[in-house]
Amino acid sequence: MDVLEEALRYAIRGVPVGCIYALVAVGLVLTFKTAGVFNLAFGAQAFVSAAVFYRTHEEYGWPIVPSFVVAVLVIAPLLGYVLDRVLFRHLRGASTVAKLVSSLGLLVAIPAVVQLWFGTGRKFNPPSIAPDPGHIFRFGEFSVSNDELATIVATVVVVVGLTALFRFSALGLRMRAVVESPRMAQLAGVDADRVGSVAWVLSSLLAGLAGVLLAPLYDSVDSITFTILIVAATAAAAFGRLSSLPLTLAGGIVLGTAQQILAGYLPLDSVLAQGLRPSLPFLMLFLLLLFWPGLRQRREATDPLAGVDPPPPSLAITYADPRVARLNRIAFVVFLAAVLLGALFVVNGYWLFLITQGLVYTTIFLSITVLTGMSGQISLCPAVFAGVGTFTAAQLAANHGFPILWGMVIGAVAAAAVGVVVALPALRLGGLYLALATLAFALMVENVVFPLSWVSGGDAGLEVPRPQIGSIDFADDRAFFLLAFAVFAIIATAVVLIRKGTTGRYLAALRGSEVASSAIGINPVRAKMTVFALSAAIAGIGGTMLASLQGSASIEEYSSFVGLFWIVLVVTLGTRTVDGAVNAGMAFILVPELLDVLGVSSSLQVPVQFALFGFGAVTFAKNPEGVVEANKRKSIQAVSRWVVRHFGESPSAAPEVATSAEPVTVLDALESAGAADTEAPVPAGGPASPPS
Amino acid sequence: MSEPQVSDQTSTATPPTLLEAVDVSKRFGGITALDAVSVSVGEGAAVGLVGPNGAGKTTLFNCLLGLLRPDSGRIRFDGRNLIGLPVYRRARLGLGRTFQRMELFSEMTVREHLLVAERARRGTGRLWKDLLNRGAPTAEEEAEADVVLDLVGLTPVADRAIESLTLGHGRLVELGRALMTRPRLLLLDEPSSGLDQAESLALAGVLDTVRRERGTAVLLVEHDLAMVERVVERLYVLDFGRLLASGDRDEVLADESVRNAYFGEGVGA
Repeated sequence: MDVLEEALRYAIRGVPVGCIYALVAVGLVLTFKTAGVFNLAFGAQAFVSAAVFYRTHEEYGWPIVPSFVVAVLVIAPLLGYVLDRVLFRHLRGASTVAKLVSSLGLLVAIPAVVQLWFGTGRKFNPPSIAPDPGHIFRFGEFSVSNDELATIVATVVVVVGLTALFRFSALGLRMRAVVESPRMAQLAGVDADRVGSVAWVLSSLLAGLAGVLLAPLYDSVDSITFTILIVAATAAAAFGRLSSLPLTLAGGIVLGTAQQILAGYLPLDSVLAQGLRPSLPFLMLFLLLLFWPGLRQRREATDPLAGVDPPPPSLAITYADPRVARLNRIAFVVFLAAVLLGALFVVNGYWLFLITQGLVYTTIFLSITVLTGMSGQISLCPAVFAGVGTFTAAQLAANHGFPILWGMVIGAVAAAAVGVVVALPALRLGGLYLALATLAFALMVENVVFPLSWVSGGDAGLEVPRPQIGSIDFADDRAFFLLAFAVFAIIATAVVLIRKGTTGRYLAALRGSEVASSAIGINPVRAKMTVFALSAAIAGIGGTMLASLQGSASIEEYSSFVGLFWIVLVVTLGTRTVDGAVNAGMAFILVPELLDVLGVSSSLQVPVQFALFGFGAVTFAKNPEGVVEANKRKSIQAVSRWVVRHFGESPSAAPEVATSAEPVTVLDALESAGAADTEAPVPAGGPASPPS
Repeated sequence: MSEPQVSDQTSTATPPTLLEAVDVSKRFGGITALDAVSVSVGEGAAVGLVGPNGAGKTTLFNCLLGLLRPDSGRIRFDGRNLIGLPVYRRARLGLGRTFQRMELFSEMTVREHLLVAERARRGTGRLWKDLLNRGAPTAEEEAEADVVLDLVGLTPVADRAIESLTLGHGRLVELGRALMTRPRLLLLDEPSSGLDQAESLALAGVLDTVRRERGTAVLLVEHDLAMVERVVERLYVLDFGRLLASGDRDEVLADESVRNAYFGEGVGA
C-alpha cells in the first residue's frame, strides 16, 4: 500500500480526537483570556457531562435528546456559572498561583463528587449523540463514521463561531477589553463581572460538549481519562499561544493525528507504543513550554490599573499573649511526648503502623511545605519525585546490595537531580508554566518510565527491605517508628533552619516582588531552584521511608493523581509551617478511620476525601497558609484576648511586645533558643518587636 | 531631524563616566520605544531624564537594569559591558533602583526590607551556608540598617508592617532598600509621583544628603519639575523614544524646542 496513503488514513482517524482536544482547549483559552484563570478542571467538567449523559441515557433510559440537553446545555453551563459566581469572580486580584491552586482543588473535587453518584468504576459502550453513529461515509480510500463526522462538524462550528464572536460582536469587543484590563473596562462602563460569567458559561458548555463527544471515541467513561484530557487541551492551547483560537484548533488536530500516526507505525507491544502514544500530549506540552517562543512573550498581561487591586491577603495575625504562647509550646511538647510514649507503649500494632505511616507522610508533605509554602511555587509532581527516590533506593537495595538507607540518600539525590532538569527551564517562565510543565512531566513519567520493569519491577512491584544498622533491626515496628520519627525530626528541623536562614529570607522577598529582589542582588532562579531540588529530595526520602515501612513499592502509590491529592491536602491543612505538614499527615491516616466510624462504605471513602480536601484547597486564595492553619492561629489569638481580658496584661511583656510576631509553630517550640522568627507575619497596622 | 543639541555633551563631563549607554534601541512589535538613545552619568553626578508619558523613560531604565534586553546598543557601567548580565549581577555591580509602581515585600516590616537587602549585599554566595545559616541579622547588619533608616527618616516606623504605611513612606522604603546595597548609581523612577509637596521636599532633601554623604550618582526620571530643579545638574529630554535634548539643566529647560515639545507653549517655570 502507498505509504503516504497509509499515513493519511491514520491521520484522519486522529482528527476527531484532535477536535475534542481543541474544544476543551478553546474553553481554556476563553477563560484564561477573560478571567485570567487557567482552569485545570475543564477535563473534570467534561467528565461531569459525560457521566450525566451516560447515566440518564443508558441507565435511566432517557432518549438521546433530553439526555444531551440536560448534560450539555443545562448542567455544563450551570456548573460554569456557579464556579464563576462562587469562586473565580472573587479571585480576579489573586496571584497566578492562588488561582491555579483553586482550579487544582476543583480538578480533584469535581470528579470525586460525580463518582459519589456515578460510581467509581469505568463504564463501557457510551452512547453517541450522532444518529446512526456506526454509519460510515466513504471518500474513495478513506472512511469516516457518522460519529466522528459529528465531532468534527461540531468543533469547526464552535471555533468559527467563537472567532467571529471575538472579532465582530460587541460582546467580543467587551471580552477583549476585559482581557486587557478589567478595571479599565469597568471604568468604561463594561460590566466585567457579566462578561466573565459569559466566558465561564461558554467555556464550560464547550467542556461538556467535549465530554459527551469524547466518550464514544474512547469507548468508556471514567474520571481519570477525562480529567487528564486537560493536558492534551493545554498542549493545544499552548500551540495557540494561549490566545489564538484557530491556532488552538490546529494544535489539537496536530496532536490527535500525531497520536494516531504513532499508533499506526509503532509495533503494538513495544514500550514505545504503550508509553509514548498516551504520553504524546505531555511530551508536546513540555516541548512547547520550553521552545515555543510565543508563550514567553505573553507571560503576564500588564494591566495599567492592576495597582488599584487590593494587595493579597496577609497571613492570619499571630497575636499571642506570651502566656498563651508558652502554654501552646508546652502543649506541643506534651503532645509529642504523648505520641512517642503512646506509640511505643500503649497502642496496638495496627495503630502503631498507622501513626508511623502518618509520620512518613508528614515527611513527604514537608516537600510541599518547602516549595509551596516557602517559595510560593507550585509543582504538580511531588509523587513522581517520591517515586524516583523510592525506585532508585529499592533497585539499589534489591539488585546492587546497597543498604536501604544508603539507597535512600542516593535516591534523594537522584530525585533532586531530576527536579533540577525539569524545573530549570520552566522556572524562568513563571508560576503557571512551572505547574503545567510539572503536570506534563508527572503524567509522562507515570506512563512511560515508571511501568518499565527495570525501574519499578513492573506490575509485581519491588520489595523494599527495612533498614538495619549494626545490631538494630528496624524490621520491628516500634524500632521503625523511632526511625521514622528521627527522619521526620531531622527534616523538619532543616526546614525551619532554612526558613529562618538566608535562603528563607530571600524566598520571603521573592514572594513579595521578584523584580525588586533581583534589583537588590538576589538571584531568583538560584533561590527557587535550590528549594525545588530540596523539595524533590525530601519527597524522595519520604517515599523511600513509606516503601520501607510497607515492605514494597508499586507504581500506583506514586501516580501523579496521588500527588495532586497530597497537594490539596497540604494546601487545605497548612502550607507554611511544619505544623501544617503534621496536620496533613495526621489527617491522611485519621480521616479514613473517621469515615469508617461514620459508616461510609470503603468504595466511597476515596471520593469523599478527594471532595473534602479538593474543596478545602479552593480556599487557598483567601487563606494562603491553609484554611485549617489560619483558623488555628485565629483561635490562638482569640484565646489570647480572652486571657488578657480575664487576667490582665502579661506582666512579663510591654504592650508593644505583646503584639509581637510571636511564632506559634511546632519547631519554635523545639527550637526556642530565641532566634528571630522574621518569617512570622506581622500584625497589620500594629507595631512589632524588632527581630532580636 | 529636529534634534538640537543644546550644549555639547562632552564639554560638561568633568567627572569620570560611570554609566554609559550608547545608541540603545528597543522595539515592541511595531512600536519603537527607544531609538538610538545615548545617555551617560558621571561618577557622583545627578542627571535627570524627563519626557512625556510614553517617551521611553521606563523602558530605558529597564534596559539599564536588565529587565529588558535592548535590540541594539552598548551599555557600560564602570567600564564593564552590562549587556547580557542578569538583573541581580548588575545590582551587585552597584546599580540600585526604585520602581514607579512600588515593588515592596509584603509580610515584611520596614526594617526587614533593609535587612534582607543588606544580607544580599554581604551574601557569601555559598549555597549551603545560605541554606542553613542563621537568618537573624548580625549586629553589624542591624547597625547598617539603623544608619540608613536614620538617613531616609524612617526610624519612627521601622518596625511597622509594610501594608500599614503611606505611599510616601513606601517610596522612602524603596529608596532605603536600594541604598542598603551601597549603589554607586541610583536609578529613581518617578520617586515623587503620588507624594504631596511636603513629602516631595523631604525626598529631595534625602537625595541631597545621600549624594553629599555617600557620593552616590543619581539618574532621576521625574515629572515634577520642582524636584528636577532641586536635584539634578544635567538633563536629558526624551520624546517618542528619541533624545530631544541634553545638557546643562537650566539651558535645556530654557530651550525653545524642548518647551514646545514637552512642556507646551506658555507653561512658566
